[in-house]
Amino acid sequence: MNEVYYISATIALISTLMVITRLNAIHALLYFIVSLFSVAIIFFILGAPFAAALEVIIYAGAIMVLFVFVIMMLNLGPEAIEQERQLFRPEVWIGPGVLSFVLFLEFIYVIRNYGRHLSGVAVIGPKQVGIVLFGPYLLGVELASLLLLVGLVGAYHLGRRRRSSGLRKGEKQ
Amino acid sequence: MEHGLILAGMLFCIGLAGVIVRRNIIFTLLSIEIMLNASGLAFVVAGSRWGQADGQIIFIFILAMAAAEVSVGLALLLQLYHKFKTLDSDTASRMRG
Repeated sequence: MNEVYYISATIALISTLMVITRLNAIHALLYFIVSLFSVAIIFFILGAPFAAALEVIIYAGAIMVLFVFVIMMLNLGPEAIEQERQLFRPEVWIGPGVLSFVLFLEFIYVIRNYGRHLSGVAVIGPKQVGIVLFGPYLLGVELASLLLLVGLVGAYHLGRRRRSSGLRKGEKQ
Repeated sequence: MEHGLILAGMLFCIGLAGVIVRRNIIFTLLSIEIMLNASGLAFVVAGSRWGQADGQIIFIFILAMAAAEVSVGLALLLQLYHKFKTLDSDTASRMRG
């Protein structure tokens, strides 16, 4: 299982280095998603399948979609179409594609050898995590929900478009 | 065990270098995400070493915190773009005192 770990770690380091050196934000996002996938495989190897699932679903699924929405909102117009056209050139997606393909091969290998290779590490499944999360850490869950509510209200307040002329929302001209 | 912590440290350092070097505010937010992810990796590695579920729970809390942080950060980014028509964070470096 060590080889799989080292390959994933190498992919994580390479893709994270590519994230902070890209010029285009979309390219950086692609590499960052690859980095999150490799970290998820490392979680899976370490006996934390629930954390691996959350990493893919919430980080790579939800948070990165927020980034994509905002980046796509920023550049509207003809240059956005030109950028879309550039996304179909192979040199844009060949790097993340190759790294993701290696990760995919690793994923199949890990799934097929699930019982044998993890013998040294105790697997902590979602059930144990849930029992501890809603037992001793219940106050933390409440605080996290409060934090998410504050983030929602704050993002709504900041994201509202302000009227330039000072008119109210319902008034005419 | 040690290798996991070393990987977490290296990822954190890459994210820190990104925060320091890049001036585009999207890349600053992405680097902060890299650092949060690296700290979560360190927690999961430690939890796996001790065979306890606490590491994954702290990872879940870090995830919730990252979601709240990135929503507020992206709203600030939109405000900055509407105000200055650029994403360079140096344009907003002056306070109106």
